[in-house]
Amino acid sequence: MKVYSQENNGVLRLSFVGELDHHDAKSSMKTIESLIDEYLPHDCIMDLSGLNFMDSSGIAVILRVNKRMNDMCGKAWVENPAGQPLRVLDASGIDRVIKVFTKAR
Amino acid sequence: MAHTDYIKLEFPSRSVNESFARATVACFAARLDPTLEELSDIKTAVSEAVTNCIVHAYPGVIGTIWIRAKIVDETTIEIMVKDNGVGIPDIKRAREPMYTTGGDDRSGMGFTIMESFMDKVRVRSAEGKGTTVFMSRKIIRKTSEI
Repeated sequence: MKVYSQENNGVLRLSFVGELDHHDAKSSMKTIESLIDEYLPHDCIMDLSGLNFMDSSGIAVILRVNKRMNDMCGKAWVENPAGQPLRVLDASGIDRVIKVFTKAR
Repeated sequence: MAHTDYIKLEFPSRSVNESFARATVACFAARLDPTLEELSDIKTAVSEAVTNCIVHAYPGVIGTIWIRAKIVDETTIEIMVKDNGVGIPDIKRAREPMYTTGGDDRSGMGFTIMESFMDKVRVRSAEGKGTTVFMSRKIIRKTSEI
């Protein structure tokens, strides 16, 4: 998976592109943590529109980003999951922990 | 008697093999003419089962993972994912949502996702001997063959 980032006025947008499984999760998390350390954002958006596969390793990445942002008194949320990643998010019940904004289904 | 097709895979528990394993089983399942959604459900369940082997069955070592996928009655795919790893001491607990022994890197949702995406999930495990996960999914044919 590739992580593309864009920062604007304390809002860090992370765009996940490709497949996020256990193999990719560790290196992706390292990349994300260094971006958060660099920008110290107050809001972090995880845009999943470019993600075409995710398993529970992706859930762990999202939860860790959320925890990291909460520890910094910031906020994190998920935007635009679709297809298989959206079904994994639904099955996990992650929306009880972090906000998930989907495009109209 | 109905003809039964099957595949067998054997590979080392390296994380780079996760995508290979799920793609191979999905490719085999494609002959049942599943929807893209059904196919991605099968891929997801295989990915979870294989990841469990890599993370939990063989922590810090490389072991062997076996997969057998079989088409039954021309409508159902049965998948077995097996390891000879450390085994699961408490299967009931391991299947609970959010329960994990894998630390921050794991969400504890692997079995929950397998159960959501497959019709049946059965787990057999013995400490020190390994774990076998059996899963099945029925595919409803949408097109009739000429």
